[in-house]
Amino acid sequence: MKKALITIAALLLAACGGNEKTSTTGTAAGSAPAAAQGKVVAINGAGATFPYPIYSKWFDEYSKTHPNVRVNYQSIGSGGGIKQLSAQTVFFGASDMPMTDQQLKDAPHPILHFPTVLGGVVPIYNIPGVTAQLHFSGPTLANVYLGKITKWNDKQIAAENPGVALPATDIAVVHRSDGSGTTFIFCDFLSKTSPEFKQKVGASTSVQWPAGVGAKGNEGVSGLVQQTPGAVGYVELIYSLQNKIPFGAVRNKAGEYVTATLDSVTAAAAGAAAHMPDDFRVSITDADGKDAYPISSFTWMLFYEKPSDKERAKIMTDFLKWALSDGQQFATNLRYAPLPKSVVDKELQVLARISS
Amino acid sequence: MFSFLRRRSSTSDVKGRRSRDDRGFRLVTGAFAAVVLLTVVALAFELVRQSALSIAKFGLHFWTGKTWDPVAGEFGALPFIWGTLYSSILALLLATPIALGIAIFISELSPRLLRQPLAYLTELLAAIPSIVYGLWGIFVLVPIVRKLELATPEVLKKLPLFKGPPLGVGMAAGAVILAIMIVPFTSSVAREILKNVPSTQREAAYALGATRWEAIKVAISYGKSGILGAVMLGFGRALGETMAVTMVIGNNPQVSTSLFAPQYTMAAVIANEFTEAADDLYLHALIEIGLLLFVITIVINMLSRLLLWSMKRRSAA
Repeated sequence: MKKALITIAALLLAACGGNEKTSTTGTAAGSAPAAAQGKVVAINGAGATFPYPIYSKWFDEYSKTHPNVRVNYQSIGSGGGIKQLSAQTVFFGASDMPMTDQQLKDAPHPILHFPTVLGGVVPIYNIPGVTAQLHFSGPTLANVYLGKITKWNDKQIAAENPGVALPATDIAVVHRSDGSGTTFIFCDFLSKTSPEFKQKVGASTSVQWPAGVGAKGNEGVSGLVQQTPGAVGYVELIYSLQNKIPFGAVRNKAGEYVTATLDSVTAAAAGAAAHMPDDFRVSITDADGKDAYPISSFTWMLFYEKPSDKERAKIMTDFLKWALSDGQQFATNLRYAPLPKSVVDKELQVLARISS
Repeated sequence: MFSFLRRRSSTSDVKGRRSRDDRGFRLVTGAFAAVVLLTVVALAFELVRQSALSIAKFGLHFWTGKTWDPVAGEFGALPFIWGTLYSSILALLLATPIALGIAIFISELSPRLLRQPLAYLTELLAAIPSIVYGLWGIFVLVPIVRKLELATPEVLKKLPLFKGPPLGVGMAAGAVILAIMIVPFTSSVAREILKNVPSTQREAAYALGATRWEAIKVAISYGKSGILGAVMLGFGRALGETMAVTMVIGNNPQVSTSLFAPQYTMAAVIANEFTEAADDLYLHALIEIGLLLFVITIVINMLSRLLLWSMKRRSAA
């Protein structure tokens, strides 16, 4: 009888203790001895889903020339990536939005941000009878998403689209329902261009939308927009390029209406490079430059500045140098905008400094 | 505490191997039962522990707050509670008559040849993954609902039940998809219940000169507590359904009686926002939604037990 009780108690204890960190492979905290020569070194990372295709490609290409390195990347979402990195259960993280000051303070050690590629977000719409590409400015999009503009033939939209016969259709606003870096980038742009949007909504991976319906994922938003007459939505540039969904041009800081392309997204990063902070935690929405597409963003890889595991640190520094130089050529094929040279140079300087 | 493990067998003179076997068996099954109990307790414990920040900050206001603003760190669960209960109750209203109709037809009226195929087909519906229901909802159901919403006469649109623009996605689509999903559960359990009604019941009714419908009524009345259980099973399933609902309900946290309005459910908001929730309060608020869902499910289960119990007592009296 006693035995049974003890067994149950032991089971209980084991269950309660299950939360303790037990993972050691590839953690920054792991003090496992350096792998012997010729042994495969596994490095674990987790984070954003947006850069997953290019990261897998990079890790794959990199391990062809470095057969002793195996990188596992789990695309669990930016929030999850930051959490796991802070908990030191992975060696590196990845995020579509830079970590906040508070998150950096909560992390056990200093963390560095490295931009890897660029993405853009585009407005899509479905207006019966309108085939021309529409022009939007930040304030107009903000007012649509605030629920203040409710008809397509509203004065504000018409003023930006002279010559387009806009119907008096109701606007059906569609946004993402799942937390997403796409939402963050879009809201970040709207917050920069519309003080009212900034004050009422703000920017985050999920926000409190004053209007419209939420659809899950890029496919949910584009699906709903395509089958709802009068709908407007926003999706990743990559998604609309792959699925050949037409989208509107957006007015940038210089006052030009720019259609999103890989080049115009890269131009946004180049425009922002001039005042790039040393930690690369910068939003490049509404960037300077005549050709810059205004709803653009970096996606970042996150590393501890001084990981205790020197062997893995050395490998990842080497990997990053490769990804930022030779690796960038894979970006365009996968429809990511490559980083401009000015940003790459600056990152390589930081890498040289920390690896010396 | 574990006295149930020690209770002696009533035939105290049985000794030796057999009694040892009995005790071993009781221990093993007792341990399994304890696992269930422990899981529930551990679940509740973890839910409370991991939503501590949100519980401390919002207290009971979390139940009644209407704002869900991750940017400002302001969280209230009322729209989600409302959306979950409203959609589930609507689904129950839609599904119950259909499910019971199917069950009665299959068990009482259907030609013998049709019986098995019909039962098989309804059960097949239960095996379809909810993401498939969701996709079907987006591409087939939502356009149909939008057409119906567009065709709604202006007079009706003045009622709070039909207010708002005809988006297609919204409470109506969510409730219909839920109803389709719970029909197979309710109907197959109800069918089993009716099948197990002793034939003497029906024979006695016929002997008293009852018509066929009256005989069926006797059978239903005999199995009514079981049938109520079948309905509650469907309700429980509707409360927790996530993927299919989130794809068609519109995901807009608001308390509205309108069938056209996009709304949100508790399970859906957790599934949608959990992966990208980075700051602690936000995460704790989401887990507290899970805690509320847990509490609501328990309360509803208890209420249905109570209902069953009072029904049994009344029929016994």
